[in-house]
Amino acid sequence: MNARENILARIRARQAKSALTDAGEREAVRAHIAAHPQNPRPAATWDPVVRFREEALKLASTVDEVEALDAAPAAISRYLDAQRLSREAVCWEAFATLDWRAAGIVIAVRAAHESDLVGVTGTFCAIAETGTLMMLSGPQTPSAVSLLPETHIAIIDASRIVRGMEEAWELVRSERRVLPRAVNFISGPSRTADIEQTVTLGAHGPYRVHIVIVKNGL
Amino acid sequence: MQVASMHFKSRAREKLVNRNLQNALNKLQGNFVRGRAQRVAEMDNFEAIRDAASAIRDRVLDRLDVYLEEFERNATARGAEVHWAETHEDVNRIVCELARRHGVRKAVKSKSMVTEECALNDALEAAGIEVLETDLGEYILQLAKEPPSHIVAPVVHKTRDEVSDLFEEKHGTPRKTDIAELTREARERLRGHFISADMGISGANFAIAETGSTLIVTNEGNGRMVTTLPRVHVAITGIEKILPTLEDVATLMRLLPSHGTGQSISNYISVTTGVKGEREHDGPEHFHVILFDGGRTSLVGTELQPMLRCIRCGACMNHCPVYQSVGGHAYGWVYPGPMGSVLTPAYVGLEKALDLPNAATMCNQCGVVCPVKIPLPDLMRKLREQQFARKLKPWTERAAFGAWCWTAQRPAIYAAAAAIGARLLALMGGRDRLIHSIPLAGGWTASRDMPAPQGVTFRELYRRQR
Repeated sequence: MNARENILARIRARQAKSALTDAGEREAVRAHIAAHPQNPRPAATWDPVVRFREEALKLASTVDEVEALDAAPAAISRYLDAQRLSREAVCWEAFATLDWRAAGIVIAVRAAHESDLVGVTGTFCAIAETGTLMMLSGPQTPSAVSLLPETHIAIIDASRIVRGMEEAWELVRSERRVLPRAVNFISGPSRTADIEQTVTLGAHGPYRVHIVIVKNGL
Repeated sequence: MQVASMHFKSRAREKLVNRNLQNALNKLQGNFVRGRAQRVAEMDNFEAIRDAASAIRDRVLDRLDVYLEEFERNATARGAEVHWAETHEDVNRIVCELARRHGVRKAVKSKSMVTEECALNDALEAAGIEVLETDLGEYILQLAKEPPSHIVAPVVHKTRDEVSDLFEEKHGTPRKTDIAELTREARERLRGHFISADMGISGANFAIAETGSTLIVTNEGNGRMVTTLPRVHVAITGIEKILPTLEDVATLMRLLPSHGTGQSISNYISVTTGVKGEREHDGPEHFHVILFDGGRTSLVGTELQPMLRCIRCGACMNHCPVYQSVGGHAYGWVYPGPMGSVLTPAYVGLEKALDLPNAATMCNQCGVVCPVKIPLPDLMRKLREQQFARKLKPWTERAAFGAWCWTAQRPAIYAAAAAIGARLLALMGGRDRLIHSIPLAGGWTASRDMPAPQGVTFRELYRRQR
């Protein structure tokens, strides 16, 4: 017998079950998973966009708002200026056609390298309850852009700010059917409190997360 | 990891007089305890969420074999390779074989307590593979060659000055004292290793049966690096860490960060499923999941099974008066505090950890704060009973309990003995009515006096005054 059979057999023996799993047990587990019932959760007495902004700020993200997507480059330019950051950025394909040049930003559309300082991404959706961005990996949405640069700028669609993680998963199920290789929930800049429990931003990931909410959709 | 739990008493004595440790433990109490209380107060139906979480964990444990098979089926369908390990030797052998198979020379790790159980780093180094811890705390400990002392804040026992000295010595850079600068130095040291490593090794806070995914929760972002950049990802987790559905993930994520660090959510929750797609720019080409028993099946179906609900948040130790006084190293193995006092005897043998189930005041703070309602004091008491039944305690202690038990079942004799005892202790109190030393209980009176009783028992008083 190999390790797998030994472990499974030990579990069944200890729970006084027959040596072989019967089809009914398997069906019961699969039926439960397929039904994925809702669990209790905190009441949501807030407006999702307002709540998202509040929670994101608490997590040390910064938040800006524009009416339409074509105003995003200028807004991002103002942010980079105010923070005295590099005006060279790497960006997801979805935003390649925006007029970055007019905003004075040099954009490279590709996955991020170690030396990139600013990364511009979209999101799959955002979660109001905790001020969180949900990123799905894919050919057009390389994970490294939100990870390697010191500054991560996320452009998000106000209409895709959902209440909680439950709605975020439901959106993946309905739009993608299966999970992509990586789902990353990002809640503010990277941090550590390992030395003397003193919170320090920018441990391994970005030092700054700046979120631009587009009110009228992408 | 080597077991040193048999030295609990002597280690605890050292830790009690270590001022740096005492300061650090005070701070931990403040930050994590206060943070948890705030987060709990923000949830209007916290107890309902906690009940649901506990039920989710029990649902898995009651059909653990079926859920494991379901996880394996879904993970495999997405291109992951699932391995099963009965012992820590199995885990180490599998990882070394995978390293050989994939031509790995360097591995980067995100924090994993399961790999501490296995002492995986030693095995990899022995096989000639460079391995780097990348969680800041774990990186510091790897440089210092020390084990973690807390499952969430592994380096809580070290001061900033000690880290400054360590980085100066090991990095050969000018001494830095600012915490942000020390953090940046570690970031810059490790960045290149993330890029050049061939293998990323992580634990898994959970494995999701519905999707065949593993999930890790981190704040630093090293977990994302480890699961994104190297061409091979190996996730190692205990067999009990299964969650049925994504809805269950949402529920547990309201409890794990809040109870671990007092955060409403951790910075990064990374759910990884299968391997990199054909046109993708990043992500591993090979994804291996190792399901590790390591003593877990010995708890299944026993009175200790509720311990397997544990989600490793650390709330029990943060709230424990014993942990708060002696810190994690005194416990002598991977898991300290109340959860460690149950897990260590269960995983490494009751006879090697005799003091741990007794290192408790039975105040039930741990039981009250556990997000999945593990009755920790009850489980420690069950281990004490096992110690007695297996004759693992000294004969003097067993004889004393035996005598007490015999007397307690004979009310007349018990009353007579109690009456004699009360009078004797009253006499011993002398004029100041304090007992300065008691034969056979010198430990108790070494650092305090015992107030002398009045000289009559409760039953005598009751009879007189009725």
